[in-house]
Amino acid sequence: MIATQENTMKDTDIKRLLYTHLLCICSIILSIFIPSFFLENFSILETHLTWLCICSVSVTAVNLVLYLVVKPNASSKRSSLSFKVTRFVKCCVYFLMSCFTFHVIFVLYGAPLIELVLETFLFAVTLSTFTTVPCLCLLGPNIKAWLRVFSRNGVTSVWENSLQITTISSFVGAWLGAFPIPLDWERPWQVWPISCTLGATFGYVAGLFISPLWIYWNRKQLTYKNN
Amino acid sequence: MRLGSGTFAACCVVVEVLGVVLFLRGFFPAPVRSSSSSKHQAEPPAPEPSAGASSNWTKLPPPLFSKVVIVLIDALRDDFVFGSKGVKFMPYTTYLVEKGASHSFVAEAKPPTVTMPRIKALMTGSVPGFIDVVMNLNSPALLEDNVITQAKAAGKRIISYGDETWVKLFPKHFVEYDGTTSFFVSDYTEVDENVTRHLDKVLKRGDWDVLILHYLGLDHIGHVSGPSSPLIGRKLSEMDGVLMKIHTALLSEERETLLPSLLVLCGDHGMSETGGHGASSTEEVSTPLLLVSSAFERKPGDIRYPKHVQQTDLAATLAIGLGLPIPKNSVGHLLFPAIEGKPMREQLRFLHLNTVQLTKLLQENVPSFEKEPGFEQFKISERLHGNWIRLYLEENNSEVLFNLGTKVRRQYLDALKTLSLSLSRQVAQYDVYSMVVGTVVVLEVLTLLLLSIPQALSSKAELEVPLLSPVFSLLFYLTFLVLSAVHVIVCTSTESSCYLCSLSWLTAGGVMVLVSALLCAVVSALTKVLVRGKLLSKNAAHSNSRWSELDLLILLGTLGHVLSLGASSFIEEEHQTWYFLVSTLCLALCHDIYRNYLPGDDCEPQRCLHVEGGFDGATPALQDKNTSSAVLELNRGCKSPSSLGTLRGYEKWMVLASPWVILTCCRLLRSLNQTGVQWAHRPDLGHWLTSSDHKAALSVLAALSLAVIFALIQRRCSPASKVAMALGLLGVYCYRAAIGNVLFPWQQDNKDISKGILEARFVYVFVLGILFTGTKDLLKSQVVAAGFTVKTVGLWELYSGFVLLAALLLRPHNLPVLVLSLLIQTLMAKFVWKPLRHDVAEVTVMHYWFGQAFFYFQGNSNNIATVDISAGFVGLDTYVEIPAIFLTAFATYTGPVLWASHLVSFLSSEASSSSALSHAGFCYALIGSFPVSAYIILVTSLRYHLFIWSVFSPKLLYEGMHLLITAAVCVFFTAMDQTNTKS
Repeated sequence: MIATQENTMKDTDIKRLLYTHLLCICSIILSIFIPSFFLENFSILETHLTWLCICSVSVTAVNLVLYLVVKPNASSKRSSLSFKVTRFVKCCVYFLMSCFTFHVIFVLYGAPLIELVLETFLFAVTLSTFTTVPCLCLLGPNIKAWLRVFSRNGVTSVWENSLQITTISSFVGAWLGAFPIPLDWERPWQVWPISCTLGATFGYVAGLFISPLWIYWNRKQLTYKNN
Repeated sequence: MRLGSGTFAACCVVVEVLGVVLFLRGFFPAPVRSSSSSKHQAEPPAPEPSAGASSNWTKLPPPLFSKVVIVLIDALRDDFVFGSKGVKFMPYTTYLVEKGASHSFVAEAKPPTVTMPRIKALMTGSVPGFIDVVMNLNSPALLEDNVITQAKAAGKRIISYGDETWVKLFPKHFVEYDGTTSFFVSDYTEVDENVTRHLDKVLKRGDWDVLILHYLGLDHIGHVSGPSSPLIGRKLSEMDGVLMKIHTALLSEERETLLPSLLVLCGDHGMSETGGHGASSTEEVSTPLLLVSSAFERKPGDIRYPKHVQQTDLAATLAIGLGLPIPKNSVGHLLFPAIEGKPMREQLRFLHLNTVQLTKLLQENVPSFEKEPGFEQFKISERLHGNWIRLYLEENNSEVLFNLGTKVRRQYLDALKTLSLSLSRQVAQYDVYSMVVGTVVVLEVLTLLLLSIPQALSSKAELEVPLLSPVFSLLFYLTFLVLSAVHVIVCTSTESSCYLCSLSWLTAGGVMVLVSALLCAVVSALTKVLVRGKLLSKNAAHSNSRWSELDLLILLGTLGHVLSLGASSFIEEEHQTWYFLVSTLCLALCHDIYRNYLPGDDCEPQRCLHVEGGFDGATPALQDKNTSSAVLELNRGCKSPSSLGTLRGYEKWMVLASPWVILTCCRLLRSLNQTGVQWAHRPDLGHWLTSSDHKAALSVLAALSLAVIFALIQRRCSPASKVAMALGLLGVYCYRAAIGNVLFPWQQDNKDISKGILEARFVYVFVLGILFTGTKDLLKSQVVAAGFTVKTVGLWELYSGFVLLAALLLRPHNLPVLVLSLLIQTLMAKFVWKPLRHDVAEVTVMHYWFGQAFFYFQGNSNNIATVDISAGFVGLDTYVEIPAIFLTAFATYTGPVLWASHLVSFLSSEASSSSALSHAGFCYALIGSFPVSAYIILVTSLRYHLFIWSVFSPKLLYEGMHLLITAAVCVFFTAMDQTNTKS
């Protein structure tokens, strides 16, 4: 009896997950096409920085809206205003910190230190929107929870599982995106950081697609510990 | 026969080296050759063609020039003469180019752009094979037909001053010579003064016909400080003065003789933006070629732009100019402007001679030469030429004669161009048979290594080598018979030369025995693995061990690197691959550390997810590696790392910070030397430091680096070698100060630059002393069974000896590479490998990766030009072959060698398991031989690729050399392991 109840709950969760992910994908696709109506000669490659800004803003907005509407973890008991404000401020600080951390990591990976700083930083912002923002929405500014989710077997819900998958696929996408840079094809998208941002975006979209399907496929094997 | 896995791996790698050598011998083809040997030179020159009427001009045409002076300036790039630098620093030459009686060309050199092959190309007109690079260090006499030999045979008196390569290439050809050695790269004044000091005397004397001057100083400046150095301008001005002197002397002498003289200014190769040469970038292959003679009169206002020609064209032009037969193997065509001023009949005669020579070469090298367009053009132009001669002899109307002559001339020029092009494309065939046999040996060895993974990495670290097993003797003899039959058939049927066939029957038989024995070993190992696999699948208890992220990264990284070798850009930028992999490795370690050390939800979550599928695609062999790798741990005990509580605060922070420190170090090193192709021109710290304005900064950095090296290395040494180390490092600084790289604080002006031989030998004494002490300790531990600690001390001592030698050989701006290498090794050993308890295989692979990355951090690349040959002459008075080769190899492969040496010392001092060393040796052999084997197959399939000579071949040589180093390391591992088991 309990098992069936759990299963139905899981099924509805997966369905909601799928819809939210489809919305996220839509927001990315729209961020590619909508601005060309308002901005002259807008294209992903030529006005790459503009696109990066628009894309990260729209993804952040969609994530926030979805978080407020769907409320995947309705467990926050205290709901005083001051708590919410401090939480929001903390989230912003975390987001900025993650941007800077990513920037430092890119430089350590070999990105130019002095030139192209804006490009590198915007790439860091984009990667943060794909990874840190969903984490902040779902887990809040709680390092312990993050460590739990990203250690091997610490996932406790469908949502966290999908979070794990999308985040890892974004990272892998960005990592793979660096591969074409040394090739001598002389294409416009081989310039730093375009191939990496595109890789991260593809990785994120792929993660969004794959995670509901994967969870649906393995729903029998997945048993989450409820606390 | 039971063998330890380390011994087994060492044997495998040694056999693999043999296979690779065989492959290399087959891969590097012999260049286009004329089959008639240079001995029979009495071939009569082709007579003038004639239709009907017989021409009486059958002898060789007389020389055009009485005297020829060839001024060859090493590494003279085209823009040094024709560009802004030429205008600024070479005013006389610029005057000659723009207004004087001269013809200027940009001559394209074919890679490899190294001196000896280039001299060969200039003098024979043929394209030397790539393997000439390897021979560059000991150039044997040139036996091919060439201009110098022909000139000597014609009784010309030849004088040569400059690079002694000429004397080696043409022994007994010169009536007078003074060779200068090209290996003291830091000397760029004396080497040229030795040439110029003869000039006055020789020019006044005038009892010679050909004078060859080879100036090396410019090349040395390029090697030391690059093409933008201020020294370049000074050197160019000096060269301009030399040219002016020669030209005026020639002009004044010309008044007494009938024939004009010729002055040739050329470069053998260019200079890349970093100052090296060897590859095929535009800067390296474009050289100026300037022909100056009063025969090339021109009216004022006649502007001639430098035309693009081939370097090989000079040989034919010189031969015609001196009235000699054109060298038989020359693929160049004569530079037409040089004979433009002659009467039409002579012009056509010269063109005809050249065309006949090229056609003969084509006939000998291309089976279907009748179909070649050049051959048809030749036939047409010869017929037309005959008609022209008939008209000429009938003394027809000069207008008609001239028009027809122009037409014939154009036909000839077209034919020459086509012939020359198709001949230079005609690279000799690959020796496929030797390549196949070499590949088979290498692949068999690799398969054997892969199949023996589970046994070799088991806790016993021993494996059964079924060489003597009688069961397989039938198979062995059968394969041997079949292979011998194939060998006989191949060798009797092919016409083209084949290395294996040219070997004696006994040696070839030995190769066949080797191939079949390896095949038997592979088959038996395969059956064993299958049997084991069945057994294992019955008790499926092994499935509980899973790949950690680190293992996955290591596997994927290795595979990815091997696959990337198929793309020429990834080879050119291979350093990027390694930097990327090492950075990722650091992040993965960081992830590992943080997961283990940061306080999380302590309630150790149970396994909720069962991820099946993802990793099951791995090969069974590698899965077995996984099962056995669970057994080998650095320290006995559970694999879960010591928890946070056991570490003190300082150590905890060091553990948490060390990946970031290592990442930062790698980033710093990355900006020290820009290598590769695409970003090589970017400014880097190395260039900044080596420029003469920042000598003080370099001195401070070098001194600081040496101090840090001492601080890092001295913990491990015995007191005696501590003193030796300190004195040795001081000696290194003195050596660098003596040769003028760095400054002493009390000596601000560097007046006396010596070769630093005394100082370098002083350091060598300490290197040998430390190495000797280390060896003595090792021997003691073996003979007296003095125990564990003595051996460890001995190993660390050997390691410090290597470090000292590296400090001596590395260029001063590369000393930080050594420092950071030591720092990273210390950090990794203390704060990553020990607390996290990585298993031996992981530690080995990480050492290998870091070794590769440091190879590129030093400024190496997959390009011959970046090899620092000056390292081979540290402390040597003259060029001594064996030490020079050894020192150059050590300096080039410092990174991999130091990391391997650290691996041995670290494992023997940390691991309590006795089999750790042999496991490490096995893993090192495996991971070292994997890329070579894959690359051999890749290169074979890409052998008609456009970049095969410029990108893939140098990489092949590097891979071969790296395998040799790996073999040496594995033998070293085995030796250490032997002493271990005996003690």
